Amino acid sequence: MKRSYKLEDLCCANCASKIECDINKLEGVNKASISFMTQKLLLDADDSSFDQILDKAQSICTKYEPDCVILR
Amino acid sequence: MTAKQKRMLSRIIVALILFFLFLFLPFDRWFSYPTSLYVELGAFLIPYLIAGYDVVLRALRNIGHGQIFDENFLMTVATIGAFALVCFPDTEPHMAEGAAVMLFYQVGELFQSYAVGRSRKSIADMMEIAPEYANVMRDGELVEVDPYELALGDEFIVKPGERIPLDGTVIEGESTIDTAALTGESVPRSVRPGAEIISGCINLSSPLTVRADKAFEDSTVSRILELVENAADKKARTESFITRFARYYTPAVVGFALILALVPPLFFGQAWSDWILRGLTFLVVSCPCALVISVPLSFFGGIGGASRVGILVKGSNYLEALAHSKTVVFDKTGTLTNGTFSVTAVNPTSGFTELDLLEAAAHAEAYSDHPVATSVRQAYEGVIDHKRIESAEEISGQGVKALIDTRKVVVGNQLLMANEGIDWATTELVGTVLHVAIDGDYAGNILIADSVKSDARQAIAALHHEGIETTVMLTGDRNDVAEAVAKDLGIDRFYAELLPQDKVTQLEKLLQAMPERDKLAFVGDGINDAPVLTRADIGIAMGAMGSDAAIEAADVVLMDDHPLKIAKAIAIAKKTMAIVWQNIVLALGIKFAVLILAALGIANMWMAVFADVGVAILAILNAMRAMSVKRTGEISGTSEIRPAN
Repeated sequence: MKRSYKLEDLCCANCASKIECDINKLEGVNKASISFMTQKLLLDADDSSFDQILDKAQSICTKYEPDCVILR
Repeated sequence: MTAKQKRMLSRIIVALILFFLFLFLPFDRWFSYPTSLYVELGAFLIPYLIAGYDVVLRALRNIGHGQIFDENFLMTVATIGAFALVCFPDTEPHMAEGAAVMLFYQVGELFQSYAVGRSRKSIADMMEIAPEYANVMRDGELVEVDPYELALGDEFIVKPGERIPLDGTVIEGESTIDTAALTGESVPRSVRPGAEIISGCINLSSPLTVRADKAFEDSTVSRILELVENAADKKARTESFITRFARYYTPAVVGFALILALVPPLFFGQAWSDWILRGLTFLVVSCPCALVISVPLSFFGGIGGASRVGILVKGSNYLEALAHSKTVVFDKTGTLTNGTFSVTAVNPTSGFTELDLLEAAAHAEAYSDHPVATSVRQAYEGVIDHKRIESAEEISGQGVKALIDTRKVVVGNQLLMANEGIDWATTELVGTVLHVAIDGDYAGNILIADSVKSDARQAIAALHHEGIETTVMLTGDRNDVAEAVAKDLGIDRFYAELLPQDKVTQLEKLLQAMPERDKLAFVGDGINDAPVLTRADIGIAMGAMGSDAAIEAADVVLMDDHPLKIAKAIAIAKKTMAIVWQNIVLALGIKFAVLILAALGIANMWMAVFADVGVAILAILNAMRAMSVKRTGEISGTSEIRPAN
């Protein structure tokens, strides 16, 4: 499943690339891509664990940018 | 400016005023040494905290998350370190520097968020083509509904000034529509019943009743928005290189900072305060943000600027590839030529005029549906008087024999002329030749060919100007036709008489013959060339308004059918890449220079702040240039008739 999410309060380009890198390492993620410019996360991941992956992605965001929220 | 940015701005202003006030206060005259130092420290802590308390808080939080290479943390350590040098009373005070680093860091951050927000907004405005509602007649009343609710075949009304919500066909009303948001073309297009119109355009003059040809989610507007949103998916090599670089750069610089601060004082008996200061200066320079932000910002600007002139690029990697393209391959029909037949020359023999020839042929072919007949009727500008046609007989594969005003008119190919025993003249003309005989006498011939687009020659010249080394044309046409077009337009190489599958094979041969780093772009009209579009390094589909297959298969989509836009796209790509590299060289150059100077003890924290914040601001300003694309080379009308040889 491939879906795109808006990221709120993502304000550091370097953090965005770190977040992207870490989400890509999650199990079940085929490809994750963050555009700092459009503030979007494009997530391509397995259907069965999609929600859990999204939860993990959120905690990764929080780790690098405490204010950053994935809008679902 | 957002509320958040405004709050930040007022904090910075207050902090700046206090900072400069304290900078000129003679603390050492008011207090005795060393009390004066601590008073000064306390004073500078006020602007420091006003401007940067959130940075310090975030740094503390991030240590909890184990994030030590985070810019908040680095800035906090560098500034607090500068303050802590007060413990070495034999050195000059560094309180002002600590506060200044934090202040300017915040100024830079604010500017960065403002600039990014602005460029984001200006591109969003450009992309503001999504219609919000559609007007539908329900029970005799006009109501606004969500465009999603409309289905195929539903009728809707577009009032003047409104955006067309779905792709459809006009069934009632005549008006002009503004397609600029989609194609960059500033000349409005006039439409009448039967015309196909594209969602996202604006109806200008009078109401139109339109029948939906596509559902909202399949309409051009939805597809374009989807395409632009997903453009982030495909990052340019330069972009990934920079983010990878940043991952190593920061830890490396922090490592050096530690060595610098500890090794000389520990092992070589140097002064602690001096070397700690050098280490702290390193920390300030270690933030990679200027680099990491300026590269995607430039690409984003380039893609945005291109979309404003009707060039949609599906990802920054394609913009990058476009800048490196050396070969452009055209599928002739629909890109360089209009793909429609028209009369390109009329050659009467002595005793006949051009009008005689066209008049006779148009009447003889009055009842034929053949494309050749249609183009002859178009070229004959007069009205066809059906009463004059006594009889007309179509001979399949040869032409027409007709009786017009008691005159026997024979119009057709060489075979028909031979069968009728007419002495026709051989021609070397390229295209379909229509011979005309009147009452047994040869009257001349009419040449019908696919007409070349008026800006095709200019487009090829522009491509060469942009550094394209080879232009190639592929076509299914006869060799002589292809040769004539290629020669006329200044195309370097052509391959004719190709079947659709041959085009892929030919393209692969061209790709193999090229050096690895050079790129090949293929330009097609989006009809039956999806495999070739996919195979090329960059597939460019043109005239793609409303063609789903082309939008799907291509990497770059030209919304209208002007071949001149290809050179424009390459120019934008090159400009963007130039900006990207300027930024990389500028940011890295200054950072490394300051690092070296800092290690030698020449650079101070002020210079380090410039290397961080100043460079970020310069890079962002430079990146924003990528967005400005002039709408030059506007062309209106493409169907100029010109001889094919």
